[in-house]
Amino acid sequence: MFLAQSSPFLKPELSVSKMMLVVTMLMIPGVLTAIYVFGYGVLVNIILAIIFALTFEAITLYLRRRPIAVYLKDKSALLTAVIIGVALPPLAPWWLTFVGLFFAIVIAKQLYGGLGYNTFNPAMVAYAILLISFPAEMTTYWQTPAMLASQFEGQTLSLLETINFQLFAQLPAGMTIDALTSATPLDIVRTAVLNGSATIDEIHAEGNAFGMLGGIGTEWVNLAFLAGGLFMMRKGLISWHIPISLLATLGFLSLLFGSFELDSNPSPLFHLFSGATMLGAFFIATDPVTASTTPRGRVIYGAGIGALIYIIRTWGGYPDAIAFAVLLMNMCAPLLDYYTQPRVYGHKADERDDEEAS
Amino acid sequence: MLFGILAFIALASVFGLVLGYAAIAFKVESSPVVEQIDALLPQTQCGQCSFAGCHPYAEAIAAGEAPINLCPPGGENLIQSLADLLDVEVLPMDDEEDSLQGPTVAIIIEETCIGCTLCIQACPVDAILGAAKQMHTVIESECTGCELCVAPCPVDCIEMIPVKQTVKNWRWPEPQYNANNKEAESIFTTLDHVLAENIRP
Amino acid sequence: MSQPLPASITRTIKDTLRHLWSFPGGIKLSGHKSLSNHQPISTAKIAKQLIIPLSQHIGHASEPIVKVGDKVLKGQILGYASGPVSAPVHASGSGTVVAIEEHLIPHPSGLSALCVFIDTDGYEQWIECSPLISDSSSTDDNQEAVTHRSIATLSSHQINQQIANAGVVGLGGALYPSAAKLNTAEKMHADTLIINAAECEPYITCDDVLMRQRPEEVILGILLLKKVIGAKKCLIGIENNKPEAYQALLNTISGYNNSHTDAQIEIVQVPTLYPAGGEKQLIQVLTGREVPSQGLPMDIGIICHNVATAAAVYHAVYRGEPLISRIVTITGSAIKQPQNMEVPLGTPIRDILNQAGLDENKVEKIIMGGPMMGFSLPSIDTPVTKATNCILVSEKSELATPPPAMPCIRCARCSDSCPMSLLPQQMYWYAKARDLEKVQDYNIFDCIECGCCSYVCPSNIPLVQYFRYAKTEIWDDERERNKANIARDRHEFRKERLEKAKQAKAEAARLRKEKLAKKKALDAEQAKEKEGLSQSNDNPAKSSSADLIQEAIARAKAKKAQQQSQKKNTDNLSEAQQKKIDEVNERRRKKADSEEI
Repeated sequence: MFLAQSSPFLKPELSVSKMMLVVTMLMIPGVLTAIYVFGYGVLVNIILAIIFALTFEAITLYLRRRPIAVYLKDKSALLTAVIIGVALPPLAPWWLTFVGLFFAIVIAKQLYGGLGYNTFNPAMVAYAILLISFPAEMTTYWQTPAMLASQFEGQTLSLLETINFQLFAQLPAGMTIDALTSATPLDIVRTAVLNGSATIDEIHAEGNAFGMLGGIGTEWVNLAFLAGGLFMMRKGLISWHIPISLLATLGFLSLLFGSFELDSNPSPLFHLFSGATMLGAFFIATDPVTASTTPRGRVIYGAGIGALIYIIRTWGGYPDAIAFAVLLMNMCAPLLDYYTQPRVYGHKADERDDEEAS
Repeated sequence: MLFGILAFIALASVFGLVLGYAAIAFKVESSPVVEQIDALLPQTQCGQCSFAGCHPYAEAIAAGEAPINLCPPGGENLIQSLADLLDVEVLPMDDEEDSLQGPTVAIIIEETCIGCTLCIQACPVDAILGAAKQMHTVIESECTGCELCVAPCPVDCIEMIPVKQTVKNWRWPEPQYNANNKEAESIFTTLDHVLAENIRP
Repeated sequence: MSQPLPASITRTIKDTLRHLWSFPGGIKLSGHKSLSNHQPISTAKIAKQLIIPLSQHIGHASEPIVKVGDKVLKGQILGYASGPVSAPVHASGSGTVVAIEEHLIPHPSGLSALCVFIDTDGYEQWIECSPLISDSSSTDDNQEAVTHRSIATLSSHQINQQIANAGVVGLGGALYPSAAKLNTAEKMHADTLIINAAECEPYITCDDVLMRQRPEEVILGILLLKKVIGAKKCLIGIENNKPEAYQALLNTISGYNNSHTDAQIEIVQVPTLYPAGGEKQLIQVLTGREVPSQGLPMDIGIICHNVATAAAVYHAVYRGEPLISRIVTITGSAIKQPQNMEVPLGTPIRDILNQAGLDENKVEKIIMGGPMMGFSLPSIDTPVTKATNCILVSEKSELATPPPAMPCIRCARCSDSCPMSLLPQQMYWYAKARDLEKVQDYNIFDCIECGCCSYVCPSNIPLVQYFRYAKTEIWDDERERNKANIARDRHEFRKERLEKAKQAKAEAARLRKEKLAKKKALDAEQAKEKEGLSQSNDNPAKSSSADLIQEAIARAKAKKAQQQSQKKNTDNLSEAQQKKIDEVNERRRKKADSEEI
């Protein structure tokens, strides 16, 4: 029986698997920088996350009677795992990663229908849930950045010592967790500003928050993710709309408010190069499944995330805001898609409005 | 306490008035449900639903006297659209076998026809031409394939043949997946539907 | 060329730097055109048997006018146009009609249609051709002037009639009968003629070599087309990956533009970006205007024809030859000598593949048309038709069998590449759920099926097939609905008719009964009337039996009285006589009284 098969017959230029793999690869510069700055904990996190992600993915696929090999090969779980791994505090205990990946893969992704069907960004669902459930662990296990270690007489951990701590919560004799960790620059600035305990200038003077561009240590991680992101954009893996509008909005808002109250508002550069800004702009907000898809929709989506990041960072209860901003905009994506449909060739500009009116 | 009760009474009456007003001001005029059902039915007038034609069946559905799955010519698609229209559960086709056949038309084997006009009287859409003692013929484009003319023929000269597929009425098949993925896709489809209805724009 | 360029050429070159617009989306594809565009156009051997489908165009199939056993000459009409949108079909070789029956045709469905089978005799004997004007391809110095003057002598109607009779249809792929299109364009006063020479699909080079090797035919054809619709402007849009064809046309045009200002034809190079050769896209690139949705280019005063169509028009008018052959690109890595071939319509594809050298071990798929919009052939025993612009025979590595589709990840690569600014991801969603209403809300009927979305989809979703599926389902639903409506009307009519018949019968019965009753009543009346006539006129009132008795009595009395009054002989009686009479009368009276009581 002849079965009609439609054109086109040219080999497709890209596959989901390849796309996910390339995106993951382009995170490597950022990941390496993070390992340099925050120690081996980042590496351990990522490896644990990958193991948990693939295991959870395989188990749920099996329970859902889906072809396991096909969907493991798509490498979307790998990308989620790397994002979570790099977003978690570097000295996070293993169970934090475990719980995070459970929520990301099982709840946020597979229970919604698996690849392509989740409404919310799995990595950010995991991060938000962990942040709400385990606020202490999520904020205190940040190893002091390498740049500050000597200044604060902090000790660093070897790879084995890191593994030992993360898996069995055992530190080498004579070390305390307090000596190893310190608050992140965003946290320091937010706490100081909210409590009114110090002005920006005073924090500057202390030298434990501001680097050359943004937060000390994190600025380098951000730069590396920016490089990877720009390369992705150049390669056409992501469109410019979301990252550019996100960064522009964040920069504009911090400039706007910063110029009113110089004392309590860090500079736009600090916002752009601290915390997970670049990771969020290029690798998290651009997650295709949960983002808006129309050109105008993507600009609004990115701008919304940028604005929410600034709002939550400045007035909210958490030091960084990528997760909440992204999740809130995820909810808006379908609506954005609906109201920002491009004008189709040969149609009048206001046709859709007419249809709705009638 | 008293304030609370009063407040709720006040709220309830305000919303009640708003809703009442809305019900009158924004009333949606729709055509009678019988006509809407009839518009969906395939109009073969074949009586396989045990009613005397499509309109009587539509009336029976509207009155709640007949289930929505009695129409083999309409097939699963009809059941789906009736279920959508009436907001009821989708039922499996009452008689599975019948619905599997594709559309057919009647033809009269002209050598055998004796010109008895019985089929002409049976045809619900006047699609058979002929006169007493003259050979009859079916107007193919008007035939609904209801088979009502087959039984009355005393010489069994009417046959049902499948509607010929031509380049003009050919349809592209729905894309097929390989077995590996197909199973997955079938469940995705239902989820698609849920999402399409509820979440995605 | 060392000579200074003629003014017209500099003008034309300047014009090529005219402002171009762009269309949204589009994709860059590697052309693979050099496989086949270097060789001269070869000629296909005449096949032993030609299979000529009667429907090689959009619209109604032609009606066959030959019978089995008829001898036909090359160019003889086999089937005539059977409606306003139809085209005649001609014999592409001389020989004998051996059958008129269903045969597999090149169509994605793999279905059959009515074809005329001709066993060729090999003499290639032509019918007498009647060109409208002669080409004068002699060495006349003022050749262009002659040609042009002779075009000017023809009427628009005359040319169009010749085009219609030659069975020319749109050879770019649309297959719309050209004469019908020109007719509408003329009526709607289209002022711009756009010649589509973009040929944007990979592998296909038939228009490219036509322009390189027969630019005269193309240009003269364009002049004819221009004449028919009376267009003021004419633009040729050609992708900038065909510099040789561009140059060839430019050289030819410069002659005509030089000698006749009103022959102005502009040739414009457009960027190579698939699908620049789509009618709507080319119009957008050249003019910046958009064809309204569901509308035609004529709605904005534009008519678009393919270069190959122009050449066919030239053949029809200058040579009087109907459209019985076309240039076909035979290419792909499983072909030993990729080339362009002039093939008589109806030649089995197997023949021309053999002629070009088919590497049977390598064959993976045989596609008619390009890799983006063509279709997989159901069999190579199907004939070449007016639609066959390319036969692409691929090996495995060249064109992929689609890998299993993954779920859509909403990456929007499809909508970013869509030249119509559609949202394929949404259309796919609804097409898969068979929500035919929603899919139309997302403007599925604006989809030109160019294949960009499927090509860029990382999930390998056969989007175009979903859209074709949805479109044909919608059309099918529409047909069903129409059929149901007709059936409903006919059923209602029948019910009414039966009801009327029943009423008429009942009426007739009632009438009969009434008539019967009336007749009875009438009889009775007549009887009564007769009786009434015999009775006295002073008593017309109807009477009961008591009255009748009284009347009878009265009558009797009156009679008696009369008798009495008439008894004149009793007048002069004696007293005794009188006495006796009185007694008798008394007795009678008493008797009568007693009787009366």
